[in-house]
Amino acid sequence: MSGALLQVEGLTAGYGAAPVLHDVDLTVRPGEIVAVLGANGAGKTTLLRTLSGLVRSTHGRVVLDGDDLAGTKVEHLVRRGIAHVPEGRGVVTELTVDENLRLGGLWRRDRADAKVALDEVYDLFPPLAQRRTFAGHQLSGGERQMLALGRALVGRPRLLLLDEPSLGLAPKVTRHIMTLLRDLRERTGLAVLLVEQNVRSALSIADEGVVLSLGRVVVRNKASVLRDDADLRHAYLGF
Amino acid sequence: MSEFVYLTFDGLSRGLVYAAFALALVLIWRAARIVNFAQGAMAVSAVYVAYSVTNATGSYWLGFGAALLAGLALGVIVERVVMRFVDHSSPLNGVVVALGLVLIFQGVLGIVYGNEFLPFETPFSRDAFVVGGVAMLSRYDLFVFGTVGAVVIALTLLFTRTAVGLRMRAAAFAPDVSRLLGVSVGGMLTLGWALAAAVGSLAGILVVPTELGVHPTAMDVVFVSAFAAAVVGGLDSPIGAVVGGLIVGVLLSYVSGYIDVTVAPMAVLALLVVVLLGRPGGLFSSSKARVA
Repeated sequence: MSGALLQVEGLTAGYGAAPVLHDVDLTVRPGEIVAVLGANGAGKTTLLRTLSGLVRSTHGRVVLDGDDLAGTKVEHLVRRGIAHVPEGRGVVTELTVDENLRLGGLWRRDRADAKVALDEVYDLFPPLAQRRTFAGHQLSGGERQMLALGRALVGRPRLLLLDEPSLGLAPKVTRHIMTLLRDLRERTGLAVLLVEQNVRSALSIADEGVVLSLGRVVVRNKASVLRDDADLRHAYLGF
Repeated sequence: MSEFVYLTFDGLSRGLVYAAFALALVLIWRAARIVNFAQGAMAVSAVYVAYSVTNATGSYWLGFGAALLAGLALGVIVERVVMRFVDHSSPLNGVVVALGLVLIFQGVLGIVYGNEFLPFETPFSRDAFVVGGVAMLSRYDLFVFGTVGAVVIALTLLFTRTAVGLRMRAAAFAPDVSRLLGVSVGGMLTLGWALAAAVGSLAGILVVPTELGVHPTAMDVVFVSAFAAAVVGGLDSPIGAVVGGLIVGVLLSYVSGYIDVTVAPMAVLALLVVVLLGRPGGLFSSSKARVA
């Protein structure tokens, strides 16, 4: 499998004794959007948390650009180009919009480009630019999602791990975010591993879909195929 | 009138020491959600270091600097060696471990230095300037004002203007998210303990010479007043710690001066009860208080 940005092989992980993920295989190529779909409790969030090291795996490998990430500290992953936007948006609600965004670039050596990236995020999300000094808890759900996403982008990641970006958002806001992800991919070659309950909107922008059921990969196929496969949708995706 | 002025200034001067000590409690509470009951014993240990250095070199200032460095080091050691391994599933665990540390520190200090009060001089006169027949502040009070003021300003700048301060705040509020953004949360925690212990040691070296002298339990009473100050201000609020410290200092001064010294501890408790009944989170708590 040449040219893979992220290669996951036989990943097994969980909390305590009972594994949540069983033997998960997954590939994300540069500039590719891969949607991870599945019902509640299928292990989607655990998959992302394992990839970023917040949950330790018991078996399997996570390889980024040919390097095994085993033993890499969570706080060093961002330097490797992985940005994880956790479920529930992960905005530090006590900090202001500007502080949250600056936090996203603090690890970078290139201070000048971190500043440029921050300004780009303000251009990308005008509502944030109008609320620079607002605390995180003063923002609407959509604004928080913009902030969490924008903060990840300040680090100029190669791979974005995005957990339920549409959760609790109005359809219009969700569409805006999905369109933005597609644009970002076109412009910057950003690869996205997108965990979503909202199967329709996820498949509308994804190149490939992976369906998890009870912690196992049950289907892996092109997004266009998944969109049209009525049996599959009924069986695993509920629409 | 002149007594009132004197008591007010004296209270403010003491209050600033409580403020510094309360600030140290707040720093650790914000960083680690632990009320550091060992802070008095840690501060006294640093004061003993100052005592030894001052006696050996004859310089108060070398001792002063040594106390701050000892405070920093103690903070690092206590966090890295002990507190890091405390199970945080119950807030009581940290408290019990901290109380254990108090016994260890005080026991060791007693063995090394003996359990009697050792004299420790102030670097400046404690005689109050008299202006128009009214006793005001002493040179030492001015020194306390200046030092604590400088620390408060420095900490404020650190937390609001620097990248390290932003990292420390983020790590305290949202550890997982901060790690995902490349913040070394463990390192920030250690730094928080070090800073807090240094500020606590500063309070110790400012207050101990104004009382009976250095003793393993010299900070116990100060701890109670400073803890009350921190709770009155709101454990999460650095501004609250400073205001709470000043309130407690002035209150203690008035009660001791106008009523009796022995009533003073009760006055602090009464203040705690009144404030906590009115604002359970403290005077400066944010509307959305985080629980441990």
